[in-house]
Amino acid sequence: MIEIKDLHKSYKMGSNSLHVLKGINFSVEEGELVAIMGSSGSGKSTLLNILGMLDVLDEGSYTLDGVPIKDLNETKAAQYRNKFLGFVFQSFNLINYKSAMENVALPLYYQKVGRKERQEKALKYLEQVGLREWADHLPSELSGGQKQRVAIARAMAAEPKVLLADEPTGALDSTTSYEVMDLIQKINDAGNTILIVTHEPDIADMCKRIVHLKDGVIVEDKKITQVRASQYV
Amino acid sequence: MFSRDNWKEIFETIHKNKLRTFLSGFTVALGILIFVVLFGMGNGLVNTFNEFFGDDATNVLYVFPGRTTIPYKGYKSNRVIEFDNSDLADINKNLAMFVEYTTPRISRGGLVKYKNESNNYTTRAVGPSHQYAEKTIMMKGRFINEKDIKNKTKYVVIGRLVEKDLFGNNNAIGEYIDVAGSAFMVIGVFQDDGGDNEERLIYMPYTTRQLIEKNNDKIDQIIVAFKPEIGYAGAMALDLSLTRFFKEKKYISPDDQNGVFIRNVADQLKQNQQFARVLQIIVGFVAFGTIIAGIIGISNIMVFVVKERTKELGIRKALGATPKSVIGSILLESVFITTISGFFGMLLGVFILNSLGEKLKDYFITNPYIDLTMAISATLVLILFGAIAGYIPAKRAADIKPIEALRDE
Repeated sequence: MIEIKDLHKSYKMGSNSLHVLKGINFSVEEGELVAIMGSSGSGKSTLLNILGMLDVLDEGSYTLDGVPIKDLNETKAAQYRNKFLGFVFQSFNLINYKSAMENVALPLYYQKVGRKERQEKALKYLEQVGLREWADHLPSELSGGQKQRVAIARAMAAEPKVLLADEPTGALDSTTSYEVMDLIQKINDAGNTILIVTHEPDIADMCKRIVHLKDGVIVEDKKITQVRASQYV
Repeated sequence: MFSRDNWKEIFETIHKNKLRTFLSGFTVALGILIFVVLFGMGNGLVNTFNEFFGDDATNVLYVFPGRTTIPYKGYKSNRVIEFDNSDLADINKNLAMFVEYTTPRISRGGLVKYKNESNNYTTRAVGPSHQYAEKTIMMKGRFINEKDIKNKTKYVVIGRLVEKDLFGNNNAIGEYIDVAGSAFMVIGVFQDDGGDNEERLIYMPYTTRQLIEKNNDKIDQIIVAFKPEIGYAGAMALDLSLTRFFKEKKYISPDDQNGVFIRNVADQLKQNQQFARVLQIIVGFVAFGTIIAGIIGISNIMVFVVKERTKELGIRKALGATPKSVIGSILLESVFITTISGFFGMLLGVFILNSLGEKLKDYFITNPYIDLTMAISATLVLILFGAIAGYIPAKRAADIKPIEALRDE
């Protein structure tokens, strides 16, 4: 599904250049649930941003579902993001003047799906995250956990190949975190490929594979026995 | 780009961001409103100028005799020049090419009596054409005609206010009034747009006046109307010919500036119209400045709007919004708001101008108005520049990487 070869990325900081990713080789099969771990500054968010086409790579190659991702202009990148990827952010990033349902329907709007169908699909995905009766509420009327569930529903609505989550539980307390992880595990059970960036070991243990990043290189990549989040909920 | 879905999205955005909508709408509406009102006021000024001259014919020259200041051909200086009936005939004969009509005017003051009422009025002894020179409007009866001139009849035509003063609500036609000791029959009552003073005049045949004054043939001044088709240049040429004609006939030195005077209404009108036009240009300049200020205002708001929405645009881009759709939605929103509020401001301005009418006449502003084409073009210019001003920050927002936009707090 994801194939990365010898990936390099550096940022210019004035006259200095900060080498963040120093040759990453990494691949993900369909249906995997991968945790990318590392301390802050290890390059894990940069890796996720490059995977999400939110940022461009300097060297190396990136293939997503058989499509080489290179030399994308903004329009092409936007289309690929819309078609291939769903995003979940630490700070939720819901549009604050749109209701939960409208937020979930937004990626479908950019897929040029008709209004009626958009609403039906949005309600279906809200139902899946257990927030159907909150469809008409604004993000400000939802709790943190509910907001993240709306964000997950939004990421799923476009039916992406890969779901990318950047510290999805970073802004939540542990009970809510486990609820969100339970939801993510269920989505993964349904066959979806998911990548999670986290620095919390208990969240990482709920994935099927952990990739450790340190100073821009992968130091450890192991498959683990998944801890089910449902037992804590 | 103009699908129903896009509009729905834009309406939702507008509806849910009322302050932003209000700010940009208000700026545009105010800019256009001030432009329309100022420009209309400028037109009102020009109207006032035109009205000042509108009550008299504009194709006339007034010729007055004066006093010589230079000795010439054996005549001493300080000689009083006088006009008489032969001058009138000579003008008609020699300058027939230019002249539409001529009329003498002999003005006298005097006490006028009817029964117990009496008052002092100016009497003008004139020819029939004088009616056109002053644009005298007959309310009832008739003006002096050629027959009156020939027969030296003792008829008068009185102003509306003379009738009101002397006759109250009674009809003056056919009544006899006493003008400086002689009885005259009233044959007509007139009105004049030139104001109250013009309506307190009494007209009589000039030959009758000459008969009363010892049967002489003297004339105070001569009014010469030129054919309108000769235009401004023709009028100036006639002005020169008349001066030359009188200087020659009355033995006045060609260098003497005081022997004969000519007041050229066409020339004055032209000068005043130029003055009014300059005023209008100044007002137009101020109005143009308002439009510029409006454009700067809407530009600022658009920069602010885009800045405020950076994060939202980042989210949208992460969800698959292309740069084109980002720019498109910002522009459509701004053009929609500026169009609605621009035309609202324009209509309000036009309404204000219409309701002003004559209320500002004391400040030399009469019937301010704005050409609808002008108002609409100004509105369109503001909308266009609002769109351009919105495009630049929108383009920049569309070009920043979504990851940077998402980081924006």
